[in-house]
Amino acid sequence: MKSFFQLIARHRVLASTIFLAIFPFIMPYEALAINILIFGLFAMGFNLLFGYMGLLSFGHAAFLGIGSYFTGIAIVHYGVPWAAAILIGIVGAALGGLIMGFLAIRTRGIYFSMVTLALGQIVYYIFYKAESFTGGENGLRGVRVDTFTILGIPVDFLNPLVKYYIILFFVVIAIWLISRILNSPLGAVMEAIRENEKRAAACGFDVAKTKLLVFVLSAAICGLAGSLRALHLSIVPIDSLHYLQSGQAVMMSILGGMGTFFGPFIGAAVMLYLEDVVTTFTKHWMAVIGLVFMFFVLFFPKGIWGTILSKLNIQRDSK
Amino acid sequence: MTQKVTSQTRRKILIGGATVASTPLWLNVAKAQADTIKIGFPTPLTGPFSAEAQDQVKAAELAIKEFNDAGGFNGRKAELLVRDDKLNPGEAATRTLELIEKDKVNYVVGSLSAATQLSINAVCKERKVLFNSISQSDAINEAKDWSVYTFHEALNPTMTAGAVARYSIPRFGKKIVFLTADYAYGHEMVRAFERAGKEMGATTLADIRHPLGASDYSAFLPRIKALNPDILVLCNFGRDLVNSAKQCTDFGLKSSMKIVTPVLLYTSRLAGGPEAFEGIAGGTSYYWGLEDRIPTAKTFNDAFRKMYNGSVPSDYGALGYAGVRSVLASIKIAKSTETMKVVAAMENLKYDWYKGPEYYRKCDHQAVQTVIIVESKSKNMKDKYDVFNILTIEPTTEKNMRSCAELGHKA
Amino acid sequence: MTGLSFELLCMQLLTGIALGSIYALLALGLCLIFGMLNVVNFAHGAFFMVGAFLGVYFLGVTGNFWFSLVLTPLVTGGLGLFTERFLVRPLYGRGIDYPLLLTFGLSYVLIEVMRVTFGIEGLPSVTPAGLGGTINVGIGDFPKYRLFLIAATALIILGVWFFIQKTRYGLIIKAGAADQEIVKVLGIDIAKVWLLVFGLGCAIAGLSGILAAPTRSVNPEMGIPILAESFVVTVVGGMGSPVGAVVAGLLVGVVYSMTSLFFPELAELSIFVLMAVVLLIRPQGLFGKAGAMG
Repeated sequence: MKSFFQLIARHRVLASTIFLAIFPFIMPYEALAINILIFGLFAMGFNLLFGYMGLLSFGHAAFLGIGSYFTGIAIVHYGVPWAAAILIGIVGAALGGLIMGFLAIRTRGIYFSMVTLALGQIVYYIFYKAESFTGGENGLRGVRVDTFTILGIPVDFLNPLVKYYIILFFVVIAIWLISRILNSPLGAVMEAIRENEKRAAACGFDVAKTKLLVFVLSAAICGLAGSLRALHLSIVPIDSLHYLQSGQAVMMSILGGMGTFFGPFIGAAVMLYLEDVVTTFTKHWMAVIGLVFMFFVLFFPKGIWGTILSKLNIQRDSK
Repeated sequence: MTQKVTSQTRRKILIGGATVASTPLWLNVAKAQADTIKIGFPTPLTGPFSAEAQDQVKAAELAIKEFNDAGGFNGRKAELLVRDDKLNPGEAATRTLELIEKDKVNYVVGSLSAATQLSINAVCKERKVLFNSISQSDAINEAKDWSVYTFHEALNPTMTAGAVARYSIPRFGKKIVFLTADYAYGHEMVRAFERAGKEMGATTLADIRHPLGASDYSAFLPRIKALNPDILVLCNFGRDLVNSAKQCTDFGLKSSMKIVTPVLLYTSRLAGGPEAFEGIAGGTSYYWGLEDRIPTAKTFNDAFRKMYNGSVPSDYGALGYAGVRSVLASIKIAKSTETMKVVAAMENLKYDWYKGPEYYRKCDHQAVQTVIIVESKSKNMKDKYDVFNILTIEPTTEKNMRSCAELGHKA
Repeated sequence: MTGLSFELLCMQLLTGIALGSIYALLALGLCLIFGMLNVVNFAHGAFFMVGAFLGVYFLGVTGNFWFSLVLTPLVTGGLGLFTERFLVRPLYGRGIDYPLLLTFGLSYVLIEVMRVTFGIEGLPSVTPAGLGGTINVGIGDFPKYRLFLIAATALIILGVWFFIQKTRYGLIIKAGAADQEIVKVLGIDIAKVWLLVFGLGCAIAGLSGILAAPTRSVNPEMGIPILAESFVVTVVGGMGSPVGAVVAGLLVGVVYSMTSLFFPELAELSIFVLMAVVLLIRPQGLFGKAGAMG
């Protein structure tokens, strides 16, 4: 058992890919599986900043939203082909991350959380007001991906399973990227800063620049998640940008295990599946989610995956 | 390796809970379609409009029951699949995808906000599923969002705000101030009211926008008072309406101006109470009090009372009933459940389910129907349901709607 | 702009102060909890909401506003005591984020509990008898209740100030906020102090709720935007500074009110912009200590 987990840890990208490839067959319907993919990526992007750098941001929904809206607007208003639109979404989110990060990095600790929450709300209002582009409260509709061809084979994006694998393609690339970042010197500096910021600074690392860089990377990944979401739902809802959406990323990371590689994905899967299941039983899903979350914060702060790993004494994210 | 993966997923399933028994674990095989006619019903069971939503469900279930009791269609019964969209367009889209992909519904009826209905419509449109929307929106009539699968049972702001304007301006004066919720629906209400008002020589003194969901309107009220209009139009909905009505009362605005609102919900009036809404007039699609003058209203009310312990249907509830009943009736006329045939039958449907004669306009599938102007009352209430006086009923006519050309539909 | 006059400006200012009074009170409660326990209470908006519900409910049951005004904060304070003792206390020493996260989850639960108890629609809020209607304040007619609101919050804030500055308990609280170790060494059970301060903060939140209830609709979601706004006030005023909380609260209320007059659509955005501006010029807030940023 332990060696299996060590095997996974060493080849985490491959393991994730294989698991996700068969994932849609164990979920009750593909739309849920796709949602889990997208939010899993969202949580992973968020986790870069939270779990690995120790910065708790409550404004990350802004990047999910910017990614969604930029991609959506590119397709709906400018007829940009979908692949280019995804790129636009990512770049937009990264820019947003640069601005927001620059403002927020000046603060630390609790202030950082509150500031990111408030900055996220500003982005929310801006998109809300820009009704002619975003549709305001009604959201942006009409994000279509027409049938396209890959190597001469027609691909029907509306087919749920096909859609899943296309989205999976992007998610896998992003996961691979995250893994590379964490394994690089940058990854080591990130964790050093999380453990002891002053010591890292004393060692000569530019803490502020590192924080900003990771903030932007995190934003870009969340932006990709947002872009994919726009394509999946054919709409962009305005509350993608609200702080409660940011709160979801936090909950997923905690639930799954912050500071672990695959934890956020597990957190997203559990939370979304749970929500889906609970909603059919009772209207009071909000209380159930809240209670489950509190339970984890109190008794399993390492999250599901983190607890499993620590029980097996696996070193987290080993090379 | 496969075995270990299974144990990992088994853990997840344990966490998931008992519904595992009812969800297919392995390959999603498209099963042969069961005999029941399935109507998906996404509606915000949780959130600020849950009261209206639950009323919609109750009334829709009544329509289903009547259909089934009458024998169904060729022995096939109808079934309502209710899902909570949490008043959230993203959730509504996901739920609609679930209804279409997993539950394989034949049709979708539902929604309770402009945003969610547009989102449900976007999903249905792409997958060629008939969608009958049962809440207000102007945007859904427009060519941009519309498709041949889109039907709109509810009123739209053009009709309701216009009717309220046509009622109030001749009686109370021409100087208008709007207190508007700052989102698309609010703006639609203003635009519609002004459009009708222009013909009567009304002038807009100010259009004051407040943030959607604002709880404190005090910041806007001194200015309204200073402007001294003849009519104050509250262009907001649900909770916003309750809040603003209450605070306008607190600030003593009623003594110097008439307050009206394009959409006066039964449930809002109950939530706000008699004092806050005293003297406020507004438009609605239905009020149970119609039963004194319209026979089908009495039939509908009585059936609802019988099924639900004496309570009466609300305005949005009645739309739930009509939305489902129109689809089911069209199936019988078309003698088929095939979508395009049902669409064709619905386009030609002439019906009177609960409020008098109605039909769907061909270019945008908008249900052409009456608008009822009601005024809240606080005295002489016979029982807890008797909250409105019916002032006037604006007849069924396409003249008061935006023209097909205006909406972007090709002739 | 038509109708702009000195009277209108004054009325708008007064309205802003009434609005700001609620913000000031809320921020004060947050500030106490943070100053003493280093905990950001993400459930603060939820306690506000609970206070509003309880206030309306007690008023409906007893018919006496003053009685409800006293009972409500006692109940929310009690709820706060329970929260600290069983939910927050186990998390001390684990890192500053954990109590924050826990209270975030708690807010979800509180919202749902209120939905179940009082219904999803919320309760119709009633202006207490005797405080309804308007009164001429020289520049125009202003709602009596909002004048009461300003006066009541001023009194409560003074009361809290007196408690902190002039009583023995207040001294212990101040000392505990400054240096926990010394207080422990002096033989005082710091855990009890934490417990009481958290309870006090939640009591104040509940009090804000019942006071605000007649001015807005009482529904389970009313605390969600309030939380974001409270954070804005705290950032502007300076975390851990009671003076900052009060001043910033009033400032935010006035900014919101004046923006509503000139650019109503931007009213909600304006307070977040204010926050961003303060952050750029003086990151520790107007009254915060430089460098004391967590």
